[in-house]
Amino acid sequence: MINKNKNLALTGGAAAAEALKQINPDVMPVYPITPQTPIIETFAKFVADGEADTEMIEVESEHSAMSAAVGAQAAGVRAMTASSSQGILLMAEILPIAAGMRLPILMLVSARAISAPINIHCDHQDVMFVRDSGWIQIFSENAQEVYDNVFISLRLAEKVRLPAMVIMDGFTTSHSVENIEILENSAARSFVSEYQMKNSLLDFENPKTFGPVSLPNSYFEFKRQQIEAMDGVIGEIGGIFEEFRNISERTYDIFEEYKIDDAERVIVVAGSTAGTAKSAVDELREQGEKVGLLKIKLFRPFPHKQIAEALKNVKKIAVLDRTVSFGSQAPLYMEILNSLSKLHITNYKLQSFIYGLGGREILKEDIKKVFVGLEKDEAEGIRYIGLK
Amino acid sequence: MNEKLTKHLAPGHSTCAGCGIPAIVRTVLGATDDPVIVVSVTGCLEVTSTLYPYSAWKVPYIHSAFENGGATAAGIDGAIKALRKRNKIPAGKKIQVVVFAGDGGTYDIGLQSLSGALERQHDFLYVCYDNEAYMNTGGQRSGATPRGADTETTPAGKKSFGKLEKRKDLMSIVIAHHLKYAAQTNVAYLADLKMKAKKAFALDGPRFLLVLQPCTNLWKYPTSEYVRIGKMATETNFWPLWEYFDGKYKINWATENPKPIEDFLKTQGRFKHLFRPSGEKVIAEMQKEVNEEWKRLVNLVQI
Repeated sequence: MINKNKNLALTGGAAAAEALKQINPDVMPVYPITPQTPIIETFAKFVADGEADTEMIEVESEHSAMSAAVGAQAAGVRAMTASSSQGILLMAEILPIAAGMRLPILMLVSARAISAPINIHCDHQDVMFVRDSGWIQIFSENAQEVYDNVFISLRLAEKVRLPAMVIMDGFTTSHSVENIEILENSAARSFVSEYQMKNSLLDFENPKTFGPVSLPNSYFEFKRQQIEAMDGVIGEIGGIFEEFRNISERTYDIFEEYKIDDAERVIVVAGSTAGTAKSAVDELREQGEKVGLLKIKLFRPFPHKQIAEALKNVKKIAVLDRTVSFGSQAPLYMEILNSLSKLHITNYKLQSFIYGLGGREILKEDIKKVFVGLEKDEAEGIRYIGLK
Repeated sequence: MNEKLTKHLAPGHSTCAGCGIPAIVRTVLGATDDPVIVVSVTGCLEVTSTLYPYSAWKVPYIHSAFENGGATAAGIDGAIKALRKRNKIPAGKKIQVVVFAGDGGTYDIGLQSLSGALERQHDFLYVCYDNEAYMNTGGQRSGATPRGADTETTPAGKKSFGKLEKRKDLMSIVIAHHLKYAAQTNVAYLADLKMKAKKAFALDGPRFLLVLQPCTNLWKYPTSEYVRIGKMATETNFWPLWEYFDGKYKINWATENPKPIEDFLKTQGRFKHLFRPSGEKVIAEMQKEVNEEWKRLVNLVQI
């Protein structure tokens, strides 16, 4: 294949908007919130210049953004939106409705801390708050992954008929310029193809009722169908990654294993911090230390079995969560603990770290300290990186 | 049942005996020959018409949540506009998006969503069936509940005369959004409702109907009486029939001698406590408000 793809210097937010432009969704209900706003602003300019002809609806709240997306998608078209933080929490009521109606809405998330106190900077509390809403959740390390994940997630969402969130780190990714490779328009468009919905509100010949009342004799089965749809994601995503590799020459998987084959100590982390961790791993590897990284991409559904397999020979694991579960353990840590429990082995050390809340910086040196701490077998219990 | 009457909503719903909601839905939808998409919000109509695996709806229908009728309609309108742009819906083919919501879903929890959809000038008809309280949850006070009404959350008691506040002036709020057509009507006057629905369907952009819906459960009267009680609401000027079209107001029903508000109040158990000692003060206050409101309306018509 001749690679006609081009390179552009874009922020993560602009990369998302670029992908949206190529997809040209039918309807985008949008509402501003930092640090998501550059996505919808960039996209609005594309529409203003005629580079996309999406019907933009500048709604009066995120609750209405998701409600309008549900209405539009139920009418048989592609609906997408973007949000962050309090916006995600405000639309939280409608997220399970989108999933329950099996509407493959796509949402870009620029992940941000939640109030109080108010803080506009990155952490993952917003996306973790809605992790059980029935949405596919996929994390992006950098602007390139944001761009690519938009295409991959849309295909995936429409295949399994579930909504999907493409998550980028607020500011760190959404506002940082990186050099990324853009697909050729025709390749991008044929990858996502025309959207065909099976049952829509516009089918007047075969009218359908969306969102009926379901009593104890049927509700459980609706949820069972959602569970099965979510369970089907991992089986479907491989083929989509493969197709995407054919047009982009970029290879993806449900998570990324970075130098973990012979690693004795491994860090598990999601989002932009994986980039910092790779750099730390490289430097420690140069000094002969057997360290590695497992970068989380697909968080919902969580690939427990595959992660257990990837970590089965690792003796010391640090899980870095950019969120907190008050009164319990952090969510990513819990998922890894759950994964490892499938191995029926107990001679590993698993340590929970919480970092970066409200945008607190995390540096390469901090990551190195985590590896050193793992080596030294420091005390058990949750540890906090960079806490004053 | 009459086939034409049940063209959109089948008889197999489960509204209470003496409920006017199906009559509102059928009269409104019967006033158009265009294809219709119905949006409903959580409430009496929704729970009584869509009990899975059954649905009384013979037209495409969506219920999403309680407070998002306006936004859901906005999304559907957006989809229709997008499909028109891409020539997937023929030009000139009108599709009617009609929201049916109760007073709780309109005056209170859904007001923001309605306001946004009106302000953005979406092409839809919003019909509020106003039974003056949260009836799907068993009769709690809403912003539409009139002063003096006994509800589950504003019960009349030894010291209380029910709800203390005057109901919200929703029509003025709606009209403040610069829409072309808004009308107040009453299920007891089906010809008026039909005439107004027809007018609304002939227009583009946002349109609004506020329909009084006497509720046997809350208002507490015999199920056979809803038309008589609905008429009494209008004959006492408690619920005038009027419309706003392109900046002009019109009263659709008037009498030289409106009946006293007591005639309306005494028909219903929810106002029973107003007829005990000291209740006359509340009745007098209500009569004063009815008179003032009528005067305001007459002035608007004369402008």
